[in-house]
Amino acid sequence: MYKYDEIDQQIVDERVAQFRDQTRRYLAGELTEDEFRPLRLQNGLYIQRQAPMLRIAVPYGMLSSRQLRKLGDIAKKYDKAYGHFSTRQNLQLNWPKVEDVPDILAELATVEMHAIQTSGNCIRNITTDQFVGIAPDEVVDPRAMAEIMRQWSTFHPEFALLPRKFKIAVSGTQDDRAVVQVHDIGMEFYLDSNKKIAVKVWVGGGLGRTPILGSVIREHLEWQHALTYCEAIVRVYNLHGRRDNMFKARIKILVKALGIDEFKRQVEAEWAHLKDAPNTITEAELARVSKHFDAMPYETLPAHDASFDAAIASNPAFAAWAKRSLHVHKIPGYRAVTLSLKPHGSAPGDASTEQMHVIADLAEQYSFGELRVSHEQNLILADVKLGDLFAVWQKARAHGLATPNIGLLTDIICCPGGDFCSLANAKSIPIAVAIQQQFDNLDYLHDIGDIELNISGCMNACGHHHVGHIGILGVDKDGSEWYQVSIGGSQGNNASIGSVIGPSFSAEEMPAVVQKLIDVYLKERTPEEQFIDTVRRLGVVPFKAHVYAKDEVAA
Amino acid sequence: MSNLIKLNGDVASIVENEWTIVNLPAGQAEERKQAGKVVLFKLTGEKTVTDEQIADTVIPASGKVLVPLSVFIARKAELQTRIAASEIGVWIATHEVLESLIENQPDLNALPIIAVNVERFADGRIFSLGTLLRKRYGYKNELRAVGDVLRDQLFFLKRSGFTSYLIRADRSAEEALASLKDFTTPYQGAVDEALPVFKRYNRAVK
Repeated sequence: MYKYDEIDQQIVDERVAQFRDQTRRYLAGELTEDEFRPLRLQNGLYIQRQAPMLRIAVPYGMLSSRQLRKLGDIAKKYDKAYGHFSTRQNLQLNWPKVEDVPDILAELATVEMHAIQTSGNCIRNITTDQFVGIAPDEVVDPRAMAEIMRQWSTFHPEFALLPRKFKIAVSGTQDDRAVVQVHDIGMEFYLDSNKKIAVKVWVGGGLGRTPILGSVIREHLEWQHALTYCEAIVRVYNLHGRRDNMFKARIKILVKALGIDEFKRQVEAEWAHLKDAPNTITEAELARVSKHFDAMPYETLPAHDASFDAAIASNPAFAAWAKRSLHVHKIPGYRAVTLSLKPHGSAPGDASTEQMHVIADLAEQYSFGELRVSHEQNLILADVKLGDLFAVWQKARAHGLATPNIGLLTDIICCPGGDFCSLANAKSIPIAVAIQQQFDNLDYLHDIGDIELNISGCMNACGHHHVGHIGILGVDKDGSEWYQVSIGGSQGNNASIGSVIGPSFSAEEMPAVVQKLIDVYLKERTPEEQFIDTVRRLGVVPFKAHVYAKDEVAA
Repeated sequence: MSNLIKLNGDVASIVENEWTIVNLPAGQAEERKQAGKVVLFKLTGEKTVTDEQIADTVIPASGKVLVPLSVFIARKAELQTRIAASEIGVWIATHEVLESLIENQPDLNALPIIAVNVERFADGRIFSLGTLLRKRYGYKNELRAVGDVLRDQLFFLKRSGFTSYLIRADRSAEEALASLKDFTTPYQGAVDEALPVFKRYNRAVK
């Protein structure tokens, strides 16, 4: 993965000093709350219900063992010995003290980490596919470009204070796992007809209270121009995006108001001036950064491993885990392993200090000392030999990291919700936990099969509820917490936004509502259909009818 | 005590403010969504300037003055001799479009100073305006940030081409000086340093 040189290190060190002084001025009363807000947000620091929340950047989801160990240490020293992995592949601490944050940042800087632009109205952490670099279907490894874009976006002076937050995702596969279509800018890297790296660019996608899929603004862009083209897009947005109403300030609203054709015209007019400007990426720079993402020193292995096959045959629990948790690898004899941060009955995406240390050790011992965070809030060991999988499973299982539910109903994407977040209308974690308990039967879960259930505690949609096969949104009605349910959302190439099934429910009703949705699916499905397929075939009506039927009978 | 920081080459210092800012009188027009023809989607709820406001704006008869863009455009004829005497500068609000300035004043460098007024700290349009004035329109003279200007914008303002900064009256310009040096080696090319770091240094993996 990318290793800092002295220039990168100096920037994070200077950031620590800058934020230390800003915090000092705030605590001394020299900065008002309003003045400190944009400064602390650009450093990932929220003032929350219970305590501040600090969001630490994990650029495009890549972590080293050393970094994860340090994150575990920081969580123990400054927090309650756990952290929360978010849908932006970052790590959030829920209980730090404001006055400790400069020290936390200083510790992060020692392992080449920071909290720069993890919040606020600026370009945020760039995300990508968690199987980047190892997926057999990958056409271009986009990590070098993601790193180049990270550096470009870090303290970009022109875009320091945008109308609203700005999220970029990159992918290098045809089968999109980075949900590029729901980002402010989505970039798919591919090889064009001349076998040169090119970019397909989407703009104006997003979730939040106005969910919308991005529009293609450019089918073909040579990679060298990725930065200047983004500058053209962000400049048009910076100058003309709405600033009078934060709910209408995202770029998607501007793109929609103008229409993609007019928006594109303005971007292209801007780009005519920026094309070939100094920020054009050079071959040398791409080569330099790409070196950091060279292939791991893989062994030459057969495609099958006798000990692995034997363990699968003899140990049903291992087999069940392997079925859900392994992902194919481009190198024979290797697999990517997803460690579940979704044990039934606890907050999705949480990891304790002890677990972080265990995972860091596992990565060091079995996966070249690196790991990834997925936007589904799990951790991935990307390069494990087949023959090591049983040992990995045993150790992971002993620490609650091997729930065989990856991609199943209880692998819930969930924001921190009203328990922690001051934006939330409703709690989300207790809903996730109640659903996990309702479906705490692994055979039944496997029978239900692949399904995505996403929960957000408010319309800011950090839990990506719009693109969940089942989406749950916390809403506030007269001061009490209710939950609106949608079905039919989906990420990936066939991304779609879910449809709301009807009036919202109380927290207590939610496990039964999900159960009824599943009942309809189990009754109506054809043998090859997943939940989303059945929803797409039948539409919302039969699901809605069954979910709301009880009320009519009772009345 | 002046609250104006001015950059001279790489050296920033606090200097006397020679320029008086001329403001429009309070408008009668209600605040309304502006969907002007220039930028048809400009729905930012900015106040529109009325002809009465422009006519009623009091421009001091002598001395160096910064006049609002709308007044500059509408009353340019009466300002002609003073423009020639380098006594007139223009200030722009962040929602105004630069094209209207360029149309009326193709030779921007006849102006000794242009200022951009940022009403709220969080309004980052000022950075794009500075960048465009410098890079697109070739403006070379003093570019000043006025309004809600606090020390934590200074590094970005400097990188966006601003060369003087009128720090908000209730804050110390002296203390703000330090923030111009928050970062030594920025990554990306911008106005003050056109080359990105990868074109300035050999960053080859050692």
